[in-house]
Amino acid sequence: MATYLDFEEPLKELEDQIVKTKEIGVDTEVDMADKIGELEKKLKSKTKEIFSGLTPWQRVQLSRHPDRPYTMEYIEGVTDGEFQELHGDRNVKDDKAMVGGFGLLDGETVMFIGQQKGVNTKMRQFRNFGMPNPEGYRKALRLMKMAEKFNKPIVTFIDTPGAFPGLEAEERGQGEAIARNIYEMMRLKVPVICIIIGEGASGGALGIGVGDKVVMMENTWYSVISPESCSSILWRSWEYKEKAAEALKLTSTNMKKLGIVDDIIKEPSNGAHRDHTGAIKNVKKAIKSYLTELKDSKPEDRIEARIEAFSNRGVWK
Amino acid sequence: MSWFKRSKEGITTSTKEKKETPEGLWEKCSNCKTIFAADDLAKNAYVCDRCNHHERIGSREYFEILFDEGKFKELDKDLTSGDPLKFEDTKKYTDRVKATQSKSGLTDAIRTAKGKLAGETLVIAAMDFAFIGGSMGSVMGEKIARAIDEAIKSKCPFMIISKSGGARMMEAGLSLMQMAKVSGKLGQLSEAKLPYVSFLTDPTTGGVTASFAMLGDLNIAEPDALIAFAGPRVVRETIGRDLPDGFQKSEFVLEHGFLDYIVERADLKKTLALSLKMFKN
Repeated sequence: MATYLDFEEPLKELEDQIVKTKEIGVDTEVDMADKIGELEKKLKSKTKEIFSGLTPWQRVQLSRHPDRPYTMEYIEGVTDGEFQELHGDRNVKDDKAMVGGFGLLDGETVMFIGQQKGVNTKMRQFRNFGMPNPEGYRKALRLMKMAEKFNKPIVTFIDTPGAFPGLEAEERGQGEAIARNIYEMMRLKVPVICIIIGEGASGGALGIGVGDKVVMMENTWYSVISPESCSSILWRSWEYKEKAAEALKLTSTNMKKLGIVDDIIKEPSNGAHRDHTGAIKNVKKAIKSYLTELKDSKPEDRIEARIEAFSNRGVWK
Repeated sequence: MSWFKRSKEGITTSTKEKKETPEGLWEKCSNCKTIFAADDLAKNAYVCDRCNHHERIGSREYFEILFDEGKFKELDKDLTSGDPLKFEDTKKYTDRVKATQSKSGLTDAIRTAKGKLAGETLVIAAMDFAFIGGSMGSVMGEKIARAIDEAIKSKCPFMIISKSGGARMMEAGLSLMQMAKVSGKLGQLSEAKLPYVSFLTDPTTGGVTASFAMLGDLNIAEPDALIAFAGPRVVRETIGRDLPDGFQKSEFVLEHGFLDYIVERADLKKTLALSLKMFKN
């Protein structure tokens, strides 16, 4: 069953009405085409109305929508199933919150990596809610290094509420693992594209988030802290999450304006969570255009430009 | 009848004749509460004689301890933060910065300087916890980046003294970017084959730990310093039970393989000079 957020309720009502009208049409054999057309038009304009006026907090809610496509679905989608998952960091274990492997993008090999959330309660636990341990980051780095060795571009999908803040994670150097990834990604000789497809929470996101192109899907967020945690620290209460979401300027539009991300990938008009095929199509198109743009530049020029781009992200006087 | 009898009444010294103790003459160890003459504590590099507790100190004290005769040239002294997000929580970010500046006499949470250590040129970036918890914003990123450029230009080693709660929330996404920015610059330093010493002091957490503080050719720390990605409170809430003794302290981090060595403040200069000599000779 699809989940509807409170601000999406009017859409659900219209959708239900359409279904009902269709049923009546079938039952009574009366032509309801006009009525249905009218309702569909209404649904379209209502969708546009709701999605064009989203508040930052509503976008945060959408980024976490349980019906959104997750990393694996994007990978399977853009490769048309021609993907082989590769496991393990060759050291401690295989982190289920981070996935990766080679895939074929219209015949070209690409290394895909990303945080993976679970699709149901059991899987959410299995995937540790998309919160990787150090092994996850180290697996990601191992795969990126392999991609570099065989001269294959890298695409990362970012969707995490944060790196896991557990006891073992600390013991095994969560900080070092993320730091190492950031450092190494900055110097990878192959093109790197990072796409925020859901939640981009802080260091946990940045740990696979350094590339030649860093882009956000429309209804996602990316910042140094989640609005809830920010609220609890700065306002000393969880009640100010809406305000915090506003203040952090964490939406794709704001982040683009601040020059922190390079581009925004449009989602279908009713959001990626209602139209997976549409979302995957847009993502694939974007990846292909970035890869075409990047493939002819020299590795050393790309690295220099990458360092330069990140060096310019900051404001001081 | 009482055994003793007061012959004089109460305190007779008049307020005018009272001798005031000047401020800052005495300091209390924040761990064992022993009271020291402030001068003695300073002479002892702000380490408690009795319990060896290393008091938190700032860039001023570290520069004094490390640079020969306390002489150095400060770099990019006047860099201060902008307010790109027009951030406001219970207070405006700009007001918070101004208030902290006038209270601490600092411009931001880090100072960078070039000087000599045991006769050899060295660039140091040292954080000040007194400035919004040593938080890392655009200014910190830019100052470290420029300090690294200076080290590359002078072909000298580079050192960061970390003492920070992590990224500065009021610069949100931009402060996150500083982790990547500094890491990129460290790559250039590495390319120039110049040593980078990361010195972790109490506390080093969050985004600082998850970037340049863990990337030293040498990662070294003061004793008993909190070194963490997620702070102990968050970890405790996550796992729902008490944390083992010494969790996330320097000694723990050393045992788990993320530090090269721990050094007492009194030996810091000597030890560091030797390490740098090893890289050079």
